[in-house]
Amino acid sequence: MASEATQKIDKSVLWGGGRSPFSVTYGKSMMWFFLVSDALTFGGLLIALGFARYKYAGDWPIGEEVFHSLPFTNGVFPLYYVALMTFILIISSVTMVMAVEAGHRNNKQQVIKWLLLTVIGGVFFLASQAWEWSHFIHGTEAGTTLSNGYVVHGANMLVNEYGPQQYANFFFFITGFHGFHVLSGVVINFIVLIMVSKGMMEKRKHYEMVEKAGLYWHFVDLVWVFVFTFFYLV
Amino acid sequence: MERDDLIVNDSYATDNHHSEEEGVKIRKNIWKVTAILTFITIVEVIIGGTIKKEPGFVWSLVVFGFIVMTMIKARYIVMDFMHLGQERSNIRKTILIPYIFFVVYMIILISIIEGGWQGVWQV
Repeated sequence: MASEATQKIDKSVLWGGGRSPFSVTYGKSMMWFFLVSDALTFGGLLIALGFARYKYAGDWPIGEEVFHSLPFTNGVFPLYYVALMTFILIISSVTMVMAVEAGHRNNKQQVIKWLLLTVIGGVFFLASQAWEWSHFIHGTEAGTTLSNGYVVHGANMLVNEYGPQQYANFFFFITGFHGFHVLSGVVINFIVLIMVSKGMMEKRKHYEMVEKAGLYWHFVDLVWVFVFTFFYLV
Repeated sequence: MERDDLIVNDSYATDNHHSEEEGVKIRKNIWKVTAILTFITIVEVIIGGTIKKEPGFVWSLVVFGFIVMTMIKARYIVMDFMHLGQERSNIRKTILIPYIFFVVYMIILISIIEGGWQGVWQV
């Protein structure tokens, strides 16, 4: 690519004013700064999760034993469903980067096609997460019997059958906070899709709005990669 | 207030355009990265499903492996999907360097908690 970002420009010119020293638009650099702060928020959550795990070492439930169900089956499939969700999100990230690439060629039809696939992928992920939450909340038939003889099925904010209460609370908060990011990402992508199909980007002569929405969408995928490792796998 | 930034900045947006031939090459790279990400995820799930989780050297090694694989995935997503690898190096550093504070924070936390570095791998 022959863009300005790849050219060698003297520092005094680059930082001398009248141009972006980063060689990116205002919107794109602001999106990046937002993502940096958002990543720190998620990082803080994952550190807190690490603290809770450390406190309850030994009692903390094992991801493979809690999340081993698939819809419409009764067998034991450790983490298959979560892996499927991860895969859906990665694939929707791929379709998004394809939309950005098509945008760089000013190919409206392809941008619409890939962006639509991205929205569909995002909806699939949200639906999967809804199923996962429902399964987690309802729990197993056997449940867990507490010391006072009370049998707990599934999980709520006060008690759960899997292990320390912090486990369910962190599950709800971390996957919920991430899920809310996915939801807003789907809404943003959908709005951009409408803008593209209405021809607004052709008027602007560039598809940078797709790129900026794409940055946010990839970030959501990136966060899930970390949640997948630190909540489910480790 | 008049938005003069929009007019000036449009050149940076159109600047990123590329030709059909370049597009073929870029798409090939996207599919390569997709294959790598999928492969790592499959490996992670297989390891997670087969190796039993019990405190000890093997599990500590597995945890370390998971973290390394996560970092590799993160690198591909940020550098290739988010195109940070193609940006000017000053914005790349501006975005990545703040996380050094995060790493320092984690190192200090692990150092001062009971059990320290040895205890962390037993969780």
